[in-house]
Amino acid sequence: MSQIAFEPWNDPNAKPLIQFKNVTKRFGEFVAIDNQSFDIYEKEFFALLGPSGCGKTTMMRMLAGFEAPTEGTILLGGQDIAPFPPNKRAVNMMFQSYALFPHLSVWDNIAFGLKRDGKSKDQIAARVEEMLKLTRLEQFARRKPHQISGGQRQRVALARSLAKAPKLLLLDEPLGALDAKLRQATQFELMDIQEKTGTTFVIVTHDQEEAMTVASRVAVMDNGKIIQADTPQVIYEAPASRYVADFIGDVNLIDGVAEARKGAQETAPAEPEAAKQAEPEAAKLSEHEAPAAASERRVPQPNARGKWLHDKLFRYILGAREDAPKQLPPPTPGESEAAATASRPDVIAPGGITIHWAEGQPPLIVSNGDPALAGQRVTLALRPEKLGISKDRPESANALKGKVIDIAYLGNLSTYHVELANGLMVKAQLANTRRVAQRDITWEDEVWISFRETAGVVLSE
Amino acid sequence: MRRATLILLPYLWLLALFLVPFVIVLKISLSDIALAIPPYTPTLDFSAGWQGIRNFFAGLDFENFVFLTTDDLYWKAYLSSLKIASIATFCTLLVGYPIAYGMANAPDHWRPTLMMLVILPFWTSFLIRVYSWMGILSTEGYLNQLLLGMGLISEPLTILNTPVAVYIGIVYTYLPFMILPIYSALERMDGSLLEAAEDLGCSRVKAFWLITVPLSKTGIIAGCFLVFIPTIGEFVIPSLLGGSQTLMIGKVLWEEFFNNRDWPVASAVAVVLLLILIIPIVLFQRNEQKQREAEG
Repeated sequence: MSQIAFEPWNDPNAKPLIQFKNVTKRFGEFVAIDNQSFDIYEKEFFALLGPSGCGKTTMMRMLAGFEAPTEGTILLGGQDIAPFPPNKRAVNMMFQSYALFPHLSVWDNIAFGLKRDGKSKDQIAARVEEMLKLTRLEQFARRKPHQISGGQRQRVALARSLAKAPKLLLLDEPLGALDAKLRQATQFELMDIQEKTGTTFVIVTHDQEEAMTVASRVAVMDNGKIIQADTPQVIYEAPASRYVADFIGDVNLIDGVAEARKGAQETAPAEPEAAKQAEPEAAKLSEHEAPAAASERRVPQPNARGKWLHDKLFRYILGAREDAPKQLPPPTPGESEAAATASRPDVIAPGGITIHWAEGQPPLIVSNGDPALAGQRVTLALRPEKLGISKDRPESANALKGKVIDIAYLGNLSTYHVELANGLMVKAQLANTRRVAQRDITWEDEVWISFRETAGVVLSE
Repeated sequence: MRRATLILLPYLWLLALFLVPFVIVLKISLSDIALAIPPYTPTLDFSAGWQGIRNFFAGLDFENFVFLTTDDLYWKAYLSSLKIASIATFCTLLVGYPIAYGMANAPDHWRPTLMMLVILPFWTSFLIRVYSWMGILSTEGYLNQLLLGMGLISEPLTILNTPVAVYIGIVYTYLPFMILPIYSALERMDGSLLEAAEDLGCSRVKAFWLITVPLSKTGIIAGCFLVFIPTIGEFVIPSLLGGSQTLMIGKVLWEEFFNNRDWPVASAVAVVLLLILIIPIVLFQRNEQKQREAEG
């Protein structure tokens, strides 16, 4: 791994570009932003995500200067920006409606901000050409905004807001007006441009998929508060609250009471099939290693004639031959551990908690739950794609019986709605690797829902 | 067949209401004055047959148009009308634009009321409204009494029967025609455009000149033509408020027609006026068309 991970928020020495310090914004009685403090770092792609009316647009408009905080301060590069009107801030904004000037050509739209800076004609022309090239709009320079397509308009708006090389670019639902296909392509284009220009981007969106795709960090907002701000991976895999888990993607939420697990080697609830899970771990390990070693031996080797040909002829052209078989680099300790447990679903990781979620049902084993939660009411958040579904009882830490109520066919995926014994509905997602006709699970089938002890996240609120 | 009839209908309408009267006026302008009923000659006499029609056409000439060039009253009246109409249009724009701007930026629930207030004067007779201005502007009028009472002036101002009174009358009368097109252009404007301009480094004033004014251009042009075109031929306002000093072609036309009973010369004046107005009318229609294209 040559590339150093971009995580300035974990670096105590990194200086934030933007600091919100106890910022509150009220419109009359309505509290739009409720005492928020957070930092955004240079070169970040920061997403403000939330339902409409959660305060994300207000947050952005305060950065642009169209709204002033009622209380608290916003610092840009260490300086309080409150005294600066929008036209004096090194911040530019891309508007949701694009706000292109209809009476000006694409070229003049992009040049608009540069002209206000009183730059020379040559400087302006050079910069506009650069922006046109960056956004691939060269051949539309002379057109008026109403003569180009929606996607092109979006790129003009982006070029115009980037032309002044702002320290911070604000994007207000920049892709809302594009159709799904174009939106996806544009998301990658945005990331590409952000990387090329090295500008800090703050994007406001209600589309969680968009936020996850483009952003280095996502701040999930609700009722004027940031509930959680972290990388898309953490937000998705380890949501801090029920709200975040529910807002980002699909999730199954199972409520229950936690209990600390006793032994390290506890097995799944006693059922005949689960008995062999208790086998010694050492035996399992060697069994697992053996096929790997065999596959290494099966690497193709040249025969005698090939060796001769190489030594006599090709050696001079291609250089010495490596006899050692090619291998992947050794996995890092964390990876190998994960791989080892992943390949052995029947060995359950030690520690954690069990969750008693329904009368007469086996408790759920959650090895990554905090034993300190014992006795409390908790919620287990499970992503549908982390649930397995099968007709026979699988060898898994957690297996729950249920009945298929509904199947949503999405093309690449199918989502199965399964009703568990106590009436709880869960969603399980399966990749459609086989054709429809070959799949054996259908409506009204009795199935087993299974998931690993590390699959879920325990939420205590 | 039915489609042809449908298309024909507006043409018949135009023919009956515009072209036929115009041809009659044009014919009178080519005739000579006569002490008769109607007061011109020749008249078309079908009873005399073919000879009558030949005599009729032989009697027509351009004498009246030549006459218009010999007396400097006429071209002075035309020029004066153009000048008064231009200045009055400009004044109306200066007064109307801020009103339209204020209406477009007013809270949504206020707009219908404001619109109503602009249109309200049309519900009263135009003549009565102009007469009431005489009461306001005269030497003993309300305006002078107010200014004297406040101690701003010591001698009453002479406004009535001067060109200033004509300008006041025209601006007052035609203001709604200026406000409505500008308001409709401003109301359509996306507010985020001004925020974008500010975001890109404009001050508020600069954003107004660079964004708001160009985007309301079609409204300004439409409003100016709607005021300018009827003002040139305006007759009531200059005769009621302008006194004898104000020379306008509409007044000249009236005097030729009713005081001199010289229908042929009056018709010639009207035909020339129409020719002068054709230019701004064509420009106006081109502006409307451009606007439609920009929107479509």
